Amino acid sequence: MLNLLKPPIEAFQEFVLLSIRAFRNIFRSPHYADDIFIQMDVIGVGSLFIVSLIGLFSGIVMALQMARALTQYGAQGQVGQIVSITLVRELGPVLTAVLVAGRNASGIASELGSMKVTEQIDAMRALGTDPIQKLVTPRLIALAAVLPLLTIISDFIGLTGGYFIASTMLGLTFSEYWTSAWQVLEYNDIAQGLLKPLVFAVIIALVGCFYGMKTTGGTQGVGRSTTSAVVSSSVWIFVLTAFITYVWNRAFAQ
Amino acid sequence: MTPGDSTILRFEDVSLHFDTTVALDRVSFEMHPGQTYVVFGAAGSGKTMLLKVAVGLVRPNSGRVWLFGEEITHLREQDLFDMRARVGILFQEGGLFDSLTVAENVAYPLTNQRVLRHAITERSSNGNGAARTVEDRVRESLRFVELEETLDKFPAELSGGMRRRVGIARAVVSEPALLLYDSPTAGLDPITANTIVALILKERDLRNTATIMVTHRYQDGHLMANFRYNPNSGQIERAGGGRDVGQVSTKFLVMNGGRLVFEGTEPELQANQDEYVRKFLRAGGA
Ligand SMILES: Nc1ncnc2c1ncn2[C@@H]1O[C@H](COP(=O)(O)OP(=O)(O)OP(=O)(O)O)[C@@H](O)[C@H]1O
Ligand SMILES: [Mg+2]
Repeated sequence: MLNLLKPPIEAFQEFVLLSIRAFRNIFRSPHYADDIFIQMDVIGVGSLFIVSLIGLFSGIVMALQMARALTQYGAQGQVGQIVSITLVRELGPVLTAVLVAGRNASGIASELGSMKVTEQIDAMRALGTDPIQKLVTPRLIALAAVLPLLTIISDFIGLTGGYFIASTMLGLTFSEYWTSAWQVLEYNDIAQGLLKPLVFAVIIALVGCFYGMKTTGGTQGVGRSTTSAVVSSSVWIFVLTAFITYVWNRAFAQ
Repeated sequence: MTPGDSTILRFEDVSLHFDTTVALDRVSFEMHPGQTYVVFGAAGSGKTMLLKVAVGLVRPNSGRVWLFGEEITHLREQDLFDMRARVGILFQEGGLFDSLTVAENVAYPLTNQRVLRHAITERSSNGNGAARTVEDRVRESLRFVELEETLDKFPAELSGGMRRRVGIARAVVSEPALLLYDSPTAGLDPITANTIVALILKERDLRNTATIMVTHRYQDGHLMANFRYNPNSGQIERAGGGRDVGQVSTKFLVMNGGRLVFEGTEPELQANQDEYVRKFLRAGGA
């Protein structure tokens, strides 16, 4: 039993250690600003299209689903509110994060993984560079900056998709839809909707780097790390969104 | 038990294991300035780990390691950085940064090692006319391995043998006191392999650098022990005459399953009767 638990506990320990070092390095020089901007470009600009597309369709689908149910009660005017709340609180952050996890947790793990198996990470340490400072911290900062922005964009495009359905199928006017969508949001919804992507960003960056840096076993090992990074960061995103939502509801119970 | 200042590298009862695999098993040896060590051993016998432990890239589970007379076993990574600035390493898997050009790779130690960077800026701010800039040294180092024309290429655009030579250029650019070569000839054709060994000999004999070379080829070890680079003729020549200096200063290590099963000179190696040890003599066919 104890032997069975040892590997995951050790892995978790290593993960925590990596996280502490990555965060500590934010406040230490040298700062690799170039690497931060490159990563922001790779992750942010690179994911913009797919995130917008999925955002658009999630808004459309939600409005379509709600349209039928709401018309039964003659409450089709509320479609904007429902789309808005679900997108901002939950669907926007989670869908965006899962997409970025699929694109970038894998990208990070495979990049760092191939650096590990070709001994580039050892070479860095041998040549006076801390690989956590050079590789992990820039990715952490870049994701933390970019994922909340991507989420805001995705939320907004999703709402636009909802408006498209509301106006064409339910005959709502521009101001009917957008006023109700906007007014229903409280500050704490927006705060929740921005806290989540920040937490997910940390998870994606650290999980991707963690699996990348502990890659062993040649190119096959890189493949394994990549898969593990995507699976594990996606699972953590769902677990943490449930946790945050629960805590949030207790804290702001109406 | 304190080693004299004269040791370059000293292992005392060093053991390293991963879960159930033993990578190093109570390894002890001592290396002095100007010495060459040639390390033989089967795949997985712990040769790479020996080199990594020597510079603190991997921490042993037990035992102690001294580098340049200073114990490094418990040093913090930040302090290890300064120690490693005096060591040049050619990694088995290359370790060239594939996002950087050849020139940037070779310049990397000079621009990133704190001590080396300071030494360079100090010298140039002293207004010393003879001071070499980073660029000069990179060129010099690439000229040494005869790859000056590849400055702006990326490692991926080079052949395997060329990449190995860039690795050597990067290892020697900082003029280290100790050079570690992990399987420098592995996977190369015999002719390319010999040019690589010739470069290693040249670097060793031009600056009298302490050198450890891990290899599978007996021939490489034989060359290291019996040949020298003659700076006057620019040729590799058989070392000899009266007392054979090359012979005395080159030692052979044979590893088996993490244990050091042989340590001695080439004649001692050739006289050894152990079946495992003899395998490396035959493999080279020298
Ligand atoms: N990160 C690691 N995790 C687990 N085991 C490892 C790790 N690194 C090395 N080992 C094990 O340690 C032992 C020694 O490995 P090492 O790389 O030093 O061998 P080697 O002598 O260099 O072999 P080769 O000639 O193939 O390069 C091997 O059994 C290897 O499987
Ligand atoms: Mg090896």
